[in-house]
Amino acid sequence: MLRQLFRFHGGVKPATHKTDSTRLPIGRVPLPAELIVPLHQNVGGTPYPLVAAGESVLKGQRIGAAEDPFSSAVHAPTSGRVIAVEPCVLPHSSGLRGLCVRIEPDGAERWIETAALAWRSLDPDELRDAIRDAGIVGLGGAVFPSHRKLRSGKGGLDTLVINGAECEPFITCDDMQMREHAAQILRGATVIQQMLGARQVLVGIEDNKPEAIAAMNAALQAAALQNIEIVAVPTRYPTGGAKQLIRILTGIEVPHGKRSTQFGVQCFNTGTAWAIADFVENGRPLLSRIVTVAGNVEQPRNYEVLFGTPMSHVAELAGMQPDTDRFIMGGPMMGFRMPNFDVPVVKATNCILVGSPALFPSPRPEMPCIRCGECARACPTDLQPFEMYWHARAKNFGKAQEYHLFDCIECGCCAYVCPSSIPLVDYFRFAKSEVWAREQQKNAADSARVRFDFRNERIEREKQEKAEKLAAKTAAARAAAQSTQETAPAAEDDPKKALIAAAMARAKAQREAQAQTDAAQDKKPE
Amino acid sequence: MLAALLTMTLLALLIGAALGFAAVKFRVEGDPLVDKIDAILPQTQCGQCGFPGCKPYATAIANGEAEINQCPPGGEEGIRKLADLLGREFKPLNAEHGAEKPKAVAYIDESTCIGCTLCIQACPVDAIVGAAKQMHTIVAPLCTGCELCVAPCPVDCITMETVTDTATTWKWPYPVISIRAAH
Repeated sequence: MLRQLFRFHGGVKPATHKTDSTRLPIGRVPLPAELIVPLHQNVGGTPYPLVAAGESVLKGQRIGAAEDPFSSAVHAPTSGRVIAVEPCVLPHSSGLRGLCVRIEPDGAERWIETAALAWRSLDPDELRDAIRDAGIVGLGGAVFPSHRKLRSGKGGLDTLVINGAECEPFITCDDMQMREHAAQILRGATVIQQMLGARQVLVGIEDNKPEAIAAMNAALQAAALQNIEIVAVPTRYPTGGAKQLIRILTGIEVPHGKRSTQFGVQCFNTGTAWAIADFVENGRPLLSRIVTVAGNVEQPRNYEVLFGTPMSHVAELAGMQPDTDRFIMGGPMMGFRMPNFDVPVVKATNCILVGSPALFPSPRPEMPCIRCGECARACPTDLQPFEMYWHARAKNFGKAQEYHLFDCIECGCCAYVCPSSIPLVDYFRFAKSEVWAREQQKNAADSARVRFDFRNERIEREKQEKAEKLAAKTAAARAAAQSTQETAPAAEDDPKKALIAAAMARAKAQREAQAQTDAAQDKKPE
Repeated sequence: MLAALLTMTLLALLIGAALGFAAVKFRVEGDPLVDKIDAILPQTQCGQCGFPGCKPYATAIANGEAEINQCPPGGEEGIRKLADLLGREFKPLNAEHGAEKPKAVAYIDESTCIGCTLCIQACPVDAIVGAAKQMHTIVAPLCTGCELCVAPCPVDCITMETVTDTATTWKWPYPVISIRAAH
């Protein structure tokens, strides 16, 4: 039976450039001289380091532990010695430094003790914690921690979507992984399916990858799995967006502010399914990923790369051309320009796109917006980019948010079709980060206000308590004075006088005692 | 004639009673304008404006006793927001009250600290932990950068450190500038 497919609004059809990098099988990368493993590789807080300089580590040893619920662990990709735990340049557009563990490999590849996980008998919470500690995150590019997604919401889950669409030009890592490891991806998908209690699994693959579809179908038949279906979907960018693929496969359009799980659908990348299978079957944490090296290289190819490997090390293996002027992490539509050639490969690195001035000429100058509406026609999330652009440009962020700025997935379709070559996505990224910063500032101010008010209240309360204590003490002293000095009737009239009298009596007694001890001391020497 | 008078009197009494009831029932606690102004102020509680905290300054602005340009941490953006809210004219920051500085947090040199608690008493937002004769330290995420702890320290062990961007707090630059730089 042919499955009915749906379509999402907009989208574009850029040249795919995918055939070059799929000619050779996934290559191995020799160990580089040094691995630089950033601790912060996904959303959530920066994992705290578990190792210090000089320590030796085993392959798969945890070197960074999850810091908060959205954080995920980081592991030593190979055995060796920790040279330093220090800030290094991150593979991030900002070019800023972040805490990294620098490891000098010893070449022995000594593993930690690994064992298959009896995951079926584990408590779901324990299994999720194990997946967090195995550092498994979404490998489609967003690197969202998988353990956060592996909980079935209220009312259970109907469909698990495995995302093998891989719509962005140049990138072929999921394609090659599906061709070579189809069976393991399907095993991982069944693990996810059982964890979520999903009724069916739909594997969406764009129809420009017939080899991957054939390999997955063959593996499916060999394993004789029920309720899993491989679905070829039309090639159109950005089919690989989670919400877009869900729309195509199930017809469900996830509305603004809602999650797909509220409609009984969850989406995982094929690479993530592979990693989960590797973890439950072999007990191996996430140490490497498939990375496409494409663009300005002699032989574009996919490699299995350990995290922390410098990008230049991989690019040189593929024959980086001398006129290379930039690396882009990700594809040409959504990728980020890297600050230098030696930044490490991380969990988000699905592609190292090697660029040169000839391959990616500098964009034409930005022209005024003519409000043609092409961008709105191309937008896969039904936004109005030209309106958002107007407000973002004017730094009118509230208005931009009213046009649902935060529903923008930064796919780049709008900028791709813009006849005025306006870098729309850059404006949206700018506006988003400004809004976030403001929100954080606002939260910080609010909490400061609360603490300031609380402090004032506390000081007031302490003052009052002190006054009360003093009053109680005075009353007690007065009572004492009254009982001891009942012979002095004048004191009874005036409590102050009584106090003074009591103090004088105490002083007198002290003086007498002093005089006695003095006298005793005077006597001693003689 | 009498009926008309009675009707009008009754009506007046009824409406008066309704108004009186509404005034008690729907009474607005506090001054909403003060709260609106207070929400714009940065809550550093630094007192550079000449008032003991953000709320008193907000009250003074609302009563027309203070200008809107006395808050250095709020900066130009804060003044603009206040001007918008109050329908007043924008004025540049009054230099008497200080200059706009990048956000900083206090840092205690723990080897010099003698544990005198003076800074703890000075901190308006309880962002310093420590006890008498015990080393003190700043809880950096809670520090508003008001600098009130710097002066009381008898051994000058508190310095203000500018907060630098990290990869998570970094902001994308305004696009036009980068394009011009590229050409």
